[in-house]
Amino acid sequence: MSTAPVTPLAGEAARPGIGARLAGLARSRETGIFLALALVVIVTTVKNPDFLFSGDGWRNLLLNPSIVAVVAIGQAVVIISRNVDLSVGSIVGLTAYLVGSTFVAVPGFPVPLIFVVGIVFGGLLGAINGSLVAFGKVPAMVITLGTLYAFRGINVAWTGSNRINASDMPDSFLNLGTQQILSIPVLTILAVAILVVVAWYMNNTRGGREFYAIGSDPDAAELYGLAKTRRVLIAFVASGAASGLAGVLFAARYGTINSQVGDGFELQAIGAAVIGGVAIVGGSGTVLGAVFGAYLLLTINSALPVLGIPDFWQRAVVGALILGAIVLDRVLALRQSKRLHQERSAV
Amino acid sequence: MSTLTSDRPDPGFRAYADFGRPAWRRILFSRETAIIALLLVVVIAATLRVPKFATPVTLGYLLSDITPLLFIALAMAPVMITGDIDLSVGSMVGLTSVVVGLCSQAGLGIPVAIVVALVVGALGGVVNGLLVTRVGLPALAVTIGTLALYRGIAVGLLGTTAVTQFDKWWTALVKARIGATGIPVVMILFVVLLAAFVVMLHFTPFGRGVFAIGLSKDAAAFSGVNVERTRLVLFVLSGLMSALAGVYYALYYNSARGDNATGLELQVIAAVVLGGVSVWGGRGALHGVVAGVLLIGVLAKALQLVNVTSDVVSIITGVLLVLSVIAGSVVAWAQSRRVRPASAAVKTS
Repeated sequence: MSTAPVTPLAGEAARPGIGARLAGLARSRETGIFLALALVVIVTTVKNPDFLFSGDGWRNLLLNPSIVAVVAIGQAVVIISRNVDLSVGSIVGLTAYLVGSTFVAVPGFPVPLIFVVGIVFGGLLGAINGSLVAFGKVPAMVITLGTLYAFRGINVAWTGSNRINASDMPDSFLNLGTQQILSIPVLTILAVAILVVVAWYMNNTRGGREFYAIGSDPDAAELYGLAKTRRVLIAFVASGAASGLAGVLFAARYGTINSQVGDGFELQAIGAAVIGGVAIVGGSGTVLGAVFGAYLLLTINSALPVLGIPDFWQRAVVGALILGAIVLDRVLALRQSKRLHQERSAV
Repeated sequence: MSTLTSDRPDPGFRAYADFGRPAWRRILFSRETAIIALLLVVVIAATLRVPKFATPVTLGYLLSDITPLLFIALAMAPVMITGDIDLSVGSMVGLTSVVVGLCSQAGLGIPVAIVVALVVGALGGVVNGLLVTRVGLPALAVTIGTLALYRGIAVGLLGTTAVTQFDKWWTALVKARIGATGIPVVMILFVVLLAAFVVMLHFTPFGRGVFAIGLSKDAAAFSGVNVERTRLVLFVLSGLMSALAGVYYALYYNSARGDNATGLELQVIAAVVLGGVSVWGGRGALHGVVAGVLLIGVLAKALQLVNVTSDVVSIITGVLLVLSVIAGSVVAWAQSRRVRPASAAVKTS
């Protein structure tokens, strides 16, 4: 099976003691990203206490990254299986518009059902990607680049210069976008729930581990008898479904839907996953890391103006962050392989 | 699914199987021939069906619109043939157009601005290339990072402002046509560069090295190809050609903005893949790539003339791209069925 270079996984044979586990936790990528996130929040809050301690500040901090975080969860599963999904932004946009038009066509459409519609629709679009990649045996990058265009084109053709406004959607749906339970936004709770389920699945089930096995060595996984085609298909359906859900969340959060919703989400989601320690070559990383990556990316975005850096420089910072993260990954992986070599020669 | 081969078809086997066929069949049934034939069909159909398509004015605008794509595709093709990719080209076009704008605003004159833009482009390529070759990172990850970084610098430098004043002589030159043919003067520069790239890629040891790297990096290194230097040089060329496209962008559209050419990288890659360059690396040819760019340009222009909106063009681009790779793998699958006994014997030995 796979071994993640940054976060060593406890094997079945030797369960490490509690001390070793704590040491592993301290060294893990997720902890590092979380500390970086905490640092950004603390520094910005010292500069302007409203960033964290005002009602709006606290809410935005949790709420705004949660949509990208959901997309990043799906993207992480795809990247772990050594693929990539560039079409997520277009799926978010298309689903968001579908949600809006459903409410326009059927004003009393039940709100829980709209989530099902969004997730199933996104999953179907993901299934198109997945079948082309898995059965056609062609690189995911090209296929999803093609569907990025195609889905967005369909969206623009369908929407035109039309726009769906908050007044077209029921209040009970829009309230979800801003409501809080115990001062935690509902959308964030939803994102965390999905994170917990997917993280548990990826870490503890046979199916989840197969994604890692396929990602770290597709040939070996196939020789071993793993159903590679099915796993790849599932990864893309999961990514599509997550993007579909993100489309529903977008509609609820922002209330205004034009033909450009979700434009550029693919880079944010891939960036979040890469920053969070999901190796772009597959086989290692966690969805938790990807979610932390999404929060770090978007929190830095909202922190920059507070820190007096014009928000024009946001993208440059994001780029530097992605480069920094992958270089760090590489350095850590090299150091670990060197250490393993030394340990082996010492025995 | 019962085969033991990976997703990536065995490149060495593929290449040799190719040479087992007679030359006329290799040329007639190649991806490049198919895309050129498709281009001709579309051009003939558009000439017959679309009013005002076959006029010098249309030809001029068509070529002017795809000039940045043509420039960058020349450099993207060899990068992708080695198995790398450069997603930062669109951002580099934006950044260098901003550089040209700033230089022009500072009164430095366009020639100086062009030199500065080319230096910036080369530096950007060096950063990409060093991170890929020295640090050993995947090109996809590196250039997603520099895509954001270069775009961020471009937007950071100019903010929401734009430079729209350029030397009239230069903007007129970029828009000028050759006589009554409608062909832009800039095309002369393109033809010269195309010739240079064709010689480099198809007629020099360096170019053979590019293909060798795409087939197998280890084998290329053992046969004396300087793998790291070749890949670095190609990234620098990609940066330089993007810078050229950036200069063109600023002068032709009379506008230097941070968000110029957003998403251009996707169009370039779509055109290059459509033109027969394998995303796995190791195969491709520049005549196919140029045909791929022209196909996208002709389709866009013909549809625009019959008032089909740009979104349909992007649907067609997307579907064409998917079909072109699927078609490739269907053909490969059919061929592998025919020659399987021989290849199985080779593999088990």
